[in-house]
Amino acid sequence: MKTAREPEYRKRIGYQAALLGGFSTLATIFLVMGNISTKETILLRQQEDLQSSLAEVIPTEYYNNNLVENPLQVVDVDKQSITIYRGTKNKQVSALAWEISGQGYAGEMRFIMAVDNTGKILGVRVLSHAETPGLGDKMEVEKDNWILNFNGLSLGKPPEEQWKVKKDGGQFDAFTGATITPRGVVRAIVEALKFFRQNQTKLSTLIIEDHPKKM
Amino acid sequence: MSNDYRRIAKDGIWDNNIVFAQSLALCPLLAVSGTASNGLGMGLASTFVMIASAMIVAMLREVITPQVRIPVFILIIATLVTLVDLWMNAWLHDLHKVLGLFIPLIVTNCAILGRAESFSSRNQVLPAMFDGLMMGLGFTMVLVILGIVREVLGSGTLFANAALLLGNWAAFLELEIISDYKGFLLIILPPGGFLVLGFLLAGKRLIDDAIEKRQMFKQANDPIDGATLVNS
Repeated sequence: MKTAREPEYRKRIGYQAALLGGFSTLATIFLVMGNISTKETILLRQQEDLQSSLAEVIPTEYYNNNLVENPLQVVDVDKQSITIYRGTKNKQVSALAWEISGQGYAGEMRFIMAVDNTGKILGVRVLSHAETPGLGDKMEVEKDNWILNFNGLSLGKPPEEQWKVKKDGGQFDAFTGATITPRGVVRAIVEALKFFRQNQTKLSTLIIEDHPKKM
Repeated sequence: MSNDYRRIAKDGIWDNNIVFAQSLALCPLLAVSGTASNGLGMGLASTFVMIASAMIVAMLREVITPQVRIPVFILIIATLVTLVDLWMNAWLHDLHKVLGLFIPLIVTNCAILGRAESFSSRNQVLPAMFDGLMMGLGFTMVLVILGIVREVLGSGTLFANAALLLGNWAAFLELEIISDYKGFLLIILPPGGFLVLGFLLAGKRLIDDAIEKRQMFKQANDPIDGATLVNS
């Protein structure tokens, strides 16, 4: 960048444009190469993540298949496609798990929830959230076992109107300093249970040669 | 020549440190310095991007014209950061889950663009890379110190999850400094980052003052002058 002895052609607009264009092309090439070389590994890691979070919510005695295989695509009331992972044993669907989301204090919270074939909750875990550390993050199982309280519950137990935090007249404890977060969690779970009840027959019948419908 | 390198090293680590002296890169700094391990990971990723961008910019400094230099520099940095992001997602996946959100922020780390503009584009490849390394190490140092202070005060642990970053041999680093600690929320939140950073800046000033005083004392080597200086 020694401007003093800069040749004439470098001042032309064409040179500048070619320079910028050339660099953009090079950058694109490198990015495509980077993407190709990491794509499969990243996919593998994501599968592992999925598998480990599924294994966390579905107890091992409920299945003897590969949970990630043959997921079922279901469209819910909002026309959203939901991927349902199913644990099977003796050719029967014994457990179902899918991703649910709720509105927290600081944006969306994502969970994975598993129920057995009668709609009883087997487990709920947080996948991602942006709640305040130290207050809202008590729903992480590493920080508190609050989220384990949902295990074994279903839509009739407690009755539907009790599916609220205590402050709203329900039966669930809110944690100190945070009401909005647990409220969001309870609401998300109850919605998911209702979704399961509506689709129960479709979800828990296993068609042996089941090919997941691509949406 | 070796004098030059010493100068670059001293600038990067201390005199012209990205955070301490230039007050740049505060956004990624405060966002990831909640724990020492996160700070170290972010620091190393930034250092890598700095060295690589310094090398490329210095190699191409005769080709790039002043008129288009800024977009070209940003393009180079953004490409490198995206590659680091992909690479970490593939091979340091657990760390990427923690830092993932902040890796793209390295692009907006004005310190990197600043070094490309003020140093790499005016120097040979080797000094430019060395400058990138030293600036990166200086940045990493601040991130780790800030992370250590915030982690010990905020959650009572030290280097939690270090094994995710460095492999299982680093598990010995993971300490529980204060057992059964309830946590100090303020320090973990961004305002706590600002507070700790403020104390660190004050500490750096104190050390600088002390060094300056000692040098003045040395210059006044005359025993009588020296004595009066001590008394004053």
